[in-house]
Amino acid sequence: MNTNSNKDKLDKKRIPLWKRSPAFTIGSIIILCIFIIAFFPGIFTSINPTEINAKELLKAPSPQHLFGTDHLGRDVYARVIWGTRVDLAVGIFAMLIPFIVGTALGLISGYYGGKIDAILMRILDIFMAFPYMVLAIAIVAVIGAGITGLYISMWLLGWKEYTRLVRSEVLVVKNMEYIQAVKVLGYSDGRILLRHILPNVLSSSIVYGASDIVMCMIAGASLSFLGLGVQAPTPEWGAIISGGKSFLSTAWWITVFPGLLMAITGLGFSLLGDGLSDILRTKSH
Amino acid sequence: MNNLNYIIKRLLQMIPVLFIVTVIVFLLMRLIPGDPAALMLGEKASNEAIEALRIKMGLDKSLFTQFFIFFKDLLHFDLGDSIRYSVPVADLLKERIPVTVLLTIVSTFFTIIISMPLGYLAGIKKDKPTDQVIRILALLGLSIPSFWIALVLLLIFGVKFQLFPVSGWGITWADHLRSLILPGITQAIGVSAIVVRNLRNNVVDIKNSDYVDYAKSKGLSNKIIRERHIIRNALIPTTTLLSLKIAWMLGGSVIIETVFTLPGVGALLVNGIYSRDYSIVQGVVIIFVLVVQVINLITDVIYSILDPRVKLQ
Repeated sequence: MNTNSNKDKLDKKRIPLWKRSPAFTIGSIIILCIFIIAFFPGIFTSINPTEINAKELLKAPSPQHLFGTDHLGRDVYARVIWGTRVDLAVGIFAMLIPFIVGTALGLISGYYGGKIDAILMRILDIFMAFPYMVLAIAIVAVIGAGITGLYISMWLLGWKEYTRLVRSEVLVVKNMEYIQAVKVLGYSDGRILLRHILPNVLSSSIVYGASDIVMCMIAGASLSFLGLGVQAPTPEWGAIISGGKSFLSTAWWITVFPGLLMAITGLGFSLLGDGLSDILRTKSH
Repeated sequence: MNNLNYIIKRLLQMIPVLFIVTVIVFLLMRLIPGDPAALMLGEKASNEAIEALRIKMGLDKSLFTQFFIFFKDLLHFDLGDSIRYSVPVADLLKERIPVTVLLTIVSTFFTIIISMPLGYLAGIKKDKPTDQVIRILALLGLSIPSFWIALVLLLIFGVKFQLFPVSGWGITWADHLRSLILPGITQAIGVSAIVVRNLRNNVVDIKNSDYVDYAKSKGLSNKIIRERHIIRNALIPTTTLLSLKIAWMLGGSVIIETVFTLPGVGALLVNGIYSRDYSIVQGVVIIFVLVVQVINLITDVIYSILDPRVKLQ
């Protein structure tokens, strides 16, 4: 048994990460590139993404305008490049708060059980009763279209999957011997939860989080596409695509290019998530 | 008999959920800053007109009375009147529900056609190139927003080849079906991505299970093992997933119907929000929740029928 696991460890060391999980490696490279674009858009374009140019309306892609121009003569390439940071930020921040809050609620609900658990689960049931997009739109309607409404609606809706995942894992972990042991040692609940339970249940949250970024990005872009999220003239992929919709038959480039970059970004995070789940699963075995 | 008891129990459990949802939706609509009557009539409306609308909408009464009236009407399927269309919201819904239902049926049909063969193939050919390609395709399907897929399909098949209408719903049944094909495929691509991954993993698990080994050792042919043992069993959890995803498609219809300008419930919701017609928003959200609840119940029942080991309780 012991020699076996030692051998496993050695094997793992010998196989480089990129071979053990090509998905993780390719995903990381894509995401790294996207982050570079998001942080340093100036490297990739010197054109102002919001500059209107009446002489260059709906121009097809050319060396001057790689992705063509839109109905206001704005450079679509520059808009897509500058939009990267907006969409990436939406994906990450819309996911981050629910990730933290949802995980914390899952820990509490699973560990303490009883009334807290019962109440949280009923609240969760209520939230699950709504189709995601329908409630998101309704909440944005209340708060008002814009980036604030977009974030608040996604924060209100995103936590429940994390809570369910973490809660079900805590229910298993909390009855294990080592938790009983630290309880006997008289450790505080907070210490047990944070030091002993959290590290053992976090991996499922992290794996879900990677794919959740994609879902948040898509949901955010969808709201912006409907005109309820990020507002003009801020360059954002969903909003750019929405602007191109009316010119689909004459200027396909406005619609096609932002979607391509979005698909690549989404694929990057999805690969990263799949790879992470492979790596973390072999680790826990 | 047991099943019937279970269904009755679940239907009863639905009542508090629906009641709370109604309260939430009611409060949400009242949380909107500003006077709904003034918002609906626009900036140029006179004070008298606003006051008249306030009284017509019952906004001059207390919140509690308002909710009581709202809830009493709801039990009579009266969802209030739409300000924009000046007709009862219930009538609007009656007109539009068939469109969304048809869209969902067509989407489900395409999802089955796309995902079943791909998921099965990927599972049987685990780790072979076929599997790798299908997995990448599934990941792509998960990563692309539906509104973009919709527009690209419109660009290719609507604008370029003119095989399908670019927008609208047509007049005859043939028109309707033709205008539902691209929206159906769009929905199906997103949902298939999830279903393919699920089916593949089920097939992989079952392929390695003891009873398949046993069937092999009995000398059964590969064909029989696949048809009788692998496909049947792998489809059980996938069917459950698919029916849950049908509820998810209803949410997706909001975007699909807007892109393809189909006169469905989802597009009605978006229009309701654009025109600040809150009785529409209220009505649509409640209908959606009701339908999702019913679909979830049906899913559970189907699951217990497909897999006799699962007991409903």
